[in-house]
Amino acid sequence: MSIITVRRISQAFFLLLFFWFCIVSSFGSEWWQLRGWPVNWFLQLDPLVALGTLLATGTLYAGLLWALATVVLTVLLGRFFCGWVCPFGTMHQLVGYLGKRSKSVPDRATANQYHRGQAVKYYLLVFLLSAAAGALIARAVRSAFDISVILWLLAIATVVIITLNFIGVSGRKRKTAGLLILLLGLWILLALVFSMDRMIGASLQTGLLDPIPLLHRSVNLVLLPLTDATPQLLSTTQRYYEGAWLIGLIFLTAILLNLKSPRFYCRYVCPLGALFGVMGSFAVWRIGKTRDECTQCKLCEANCEGACEPTDQIRTAECVLCVNCLDDCKHGLMGFRTMPSATGEIASPDLSRRGFVVTLATGVAAIPIIRLGGYLQQNWNADLIRPPGALSEPDFLSRCIKCGQCMRICPTNIIQPADLQGGLEAVWTPTLNFRIGTSGCQLNCIACSHVCPTAAIRPISLDEKLGRAAFAELGPIRLGTAFVDRGRCLPWAMDKPCIVCQENCPVSPKAIFVEEHFNTVREGVLQVSQANATTLEIADPKLLPGGYSSGDYFIRVALENESRRRLIVENTDRLFKIDPRRPFQKPLPTGAVIEIQVRLQRPQVDPARCIGCGICEHECPVSGRRAIRITAENESRNRRHSLLLESRRHEGPKGPSGSPGIPNSGKG
Amino acid sequence: MKHQTENASISRRDFVCRSAKAGLMIAAAGSLSYWLYDGKGPGRSSQATQASVVLPDFSISELGPRMSIISGDDRARTVQVGLKAIGGMESFIRRGDKVLIKVNAAFASPPIISATTNPQLVAEVVRLCLKAGASSVIVTDNPINNPESCFVLTGIGEAARSAGARVLLPVDSFFQPTTVEGASLIRQWPLLYGPFEGVNKVIGMAPVKNHHRSGASMIMKNWYGLLGGRRNIFHQNIHDCIMELAMMVKPTLVILDGTTAMMTNGPTGGSLADLKPTSTMIVSTDQVAADAFGATLLGKTVQDLPYILKAQAAGVGTADYESLKPVRERVG
Repeated sequence: MSIITVRRISQAFFLLLFFWFCIVSSFGSEWWQLRGWPVNWFLQLDPLVALGTLLATGTLYAGLLWALATVVLTVLLGRFFCGWVCPFGTMHQLVGYLGKRSKSVPDRATANQYHRGQAVKYYLLVFLLSAAAGALIARAVRSAFDISVILWLLAIATVVIITLNFIGVSGRKRKTAGLLILLLGLWILLALVFSMDRMIGASLQTGLLDPIPLLHRSVNLVLLPLTDATPQLLSTTQRYYEGAWLIGLIFLTAILLNLKSPRFYCRYVCPLGALFGVMGSFAVWRIGKTRDECTQCKLCEANCEGACEPTDQIRTAECVLCVNCLDDCKHGLMGFRTMPSATGEIASPDLSRRGFVVTLATGVAAIPIIRLGGYLQQNWNADLIRPPGALSEPDFLSRCIKCGQCMRICPTNIIQPADLQGGLEAVWTPTLNFRIGTSGCQLNCIACSHVCPTAAIRPISLDEKLGRAAFAELGPIRLGTAFVDRGRCLPWAMDKPCIVCQENCPVSPKAIFVEEHFNTVREGVLQVSQANATTLEIADPKLLPGGYSSGDYFIRVALENESRRRLIVENTDRLFKIDPRRPFQKPLPTGAVIEIQVRLQRPQVDPARCIGCGICEHECPVSGRRAIRITAENESRNRRHSLLLESRRHEGPKGPSGSPGIPNSGKG
Repeated sequence: MKHQTENASISRRDFVCRSAKAGLMIAAAGSLSYWLYDGKGPGRSSQATQASVVLPDFSISELGPRMSIISGDDRARTVQVGLKAIGGMESFIRRGDKVLIKVNAAFASPPIISATTNPQLVAEVVRLCLKAGASSVIVTDNPINNPESCFVLTGIGEAARSAGARVLLPVDSFFQPTTVEGASLIRQWPLLYGPFEGVNKVIGMAPVKNHHRSGASMIMKNWYGLLGGRRNIFHQNIHDCIMELAMMVKPTLVILDGTTAMMTNGPTGGSLADLKPTSTMIVSTDQVAADAFGATLLGKTVQDLPYILKAQAAGVGTADYESLKPVRERVG
């Protein structure tokens, strides 16, 4: 079996495995649904996820340790992941194959020439990682002024450099010295001028372009939902994702670009490939010519996936280890060995020092510029409702890779990719939308928090979510609070009985309670023409037969002191029959004025009980813009968003007495 | 032949070098992963918590509670007499003391509206502190309206500076969380702590005002201006909050200015029609007693202002101001 067949089997296996994991990331009782399948395995193998979260949080979360295996293999072998494992790469290779099938060998070889633009991916990598490392870099800059030893060393270095400069050194050294002084000055300026902790933060944006999260997002939110129309295949109901068009468009563009240039995404865009390129700089084994006896036939470049120019000096950072050249060389010159190529090689990525520094600075600066919008401060958006267990916003943004796993696993389909409601940084991070999907956040579900590969939504227990057992004192996790829009609510605004929201509130005791109210209906003041103890006939017959017999309508005698209302049990166009258990002691005289009143139960929210699950919003019969809606007010994850004084009580350290209330007179 | 061996030795060296670098990279990645590995994930509140602070006790307990109630309209004169009556500024401020004056600069309105501490009174108290030997005097507040506007328009900034004090506006870095011992509301709440650093004497200065939510805003309510964050959440339980504020700050001295009282439309006022001349200056070491007397200027009793009785029950001071045998004098 040729090495190429082995590679193809490996690619097919991992592609199918990837799709399998996406499919099984679903909640249900079928054998193929979530049963401990390692659905995050590809994300965990991805060292960009590991490195990004590591830079942003200073920790390596549980399963992300898998990335170490990828790193070790890459350092030894080069970009094997791109050519043998990456499911996105496999899709590119497949489409690229379709595109080049009809082309001649020279045309193919031309399409596989190295292009300067392939360096873009390295700059993207530097940009994304420096945005994630902003807080770390700021801390490093700042530490010089908190640790006096470093400060002294810097001062001494400055003095030495300046003195050396004065006692005459060569022009070249003088230039270096000047540059050093400039850098020191810049450091001091940065540390003194910028309030580091407030503005500069870690923002993990690698997921935008990292192929594994990108593919997960595309498959979870676009490809799989397209199959939902096929009845009962993967989902009982059609799943919807807001803004899926953009995710789909990006996916489609990335795929179709292969027709123009094979593995376009891998060559020009992929930051993960760039990271592998950097890590593989010292690869022990590499592709190369065994002898310098090449005829320049360029056959080896006809099917070269990485555009790494094996004919000439091979660019090892670009080589995706497709190993096509091993087979294509008719002279048996190509090999995978510990020796560098006989015609020489370019081992390091095509990344200039100046370009690196500028990109790094841009990446670090981008986040504070975005945050000037104040989304993490006073201008926070209450429409951004995070799933239960989500960390506080800055911590969340330093972990979320926008992979969409929580959106796929959510059984009710309410977890949606955010657009701009959380600012530019939060695009495609999870937010809850209670109109879409099949219900609100299910009381006994903690799936999203356990599927999250980076603990942006940290794993919680049901006890913690519901505030039971050990968490009883802390209370349940609140996602937000329901607010009744009295201008749209049927009982409040339109005199229609409803209280669907109250009935569906899953909290016990209910967070939604009702206020009883009787309102005289429109044109409900009538004159009696004839009456006995339980029947009233009105002077001007205009009633809708049966219109008031629903059990919600009552008759009140207008001019009578008695405020007791009598339930209407039946009506025709002119007759009312009232509840026979409460007859009129004395039949009403002709000409008496009565009012038809409707009994309304108007919903109110007890903010101390509401957990923001959104079931009320989902069920509200005002189906367009709901009459009861959740906003993130009072969410547990940020105490600055507290709505109530009481909800703060259990937070913060306990006092010596531990019990709230009026303290003892301590001072006497 | 010789050429080839040379080449081979170069590539052998190259190989060894490369392998060593690769080995180092793997070792670095491995040890970093081991070192930073976190199997559990973040906890419930993973945000870095700032160090908590507590305001020290600024009162001079050995002097015992003292109080004076001076009638008159000239604030500089009444405050001088009031201080003299309880032992003079020298009994409270010693040579080298660092004094902080917490004024009420809540609103960006002119002094004539009386919604804020009177600037001439601030200037006079600053002058007396410096005269008593204070090495520095800081005037501060975290106002409701825009801070810069407040200190300019109330005249407090200019008056304090020209009398020799330093005016500190509430910059972000000044706030640190505090938890008041025994309190249930002010827990881990941002406190305007920066200006207090190095300070050993605190004077509270406030006008007598009507306040719609709590009934009256005087000395104790004025400490609200030391809180940061979304403090308006405390309006849900204003009386307990004011009691806890009084527990939080143990001032050296309080000066309640009842020369003009805001009777209606408080705490902003806005019209001269809201004001009434009440011609009284109260100087006291007991903030509860000062407020209890101040209530009478607004035509209220301590029963109308639950926070006064709550503060008394919490042991902050006494609402029975007569028990302090206040010195009463008339000026002019």
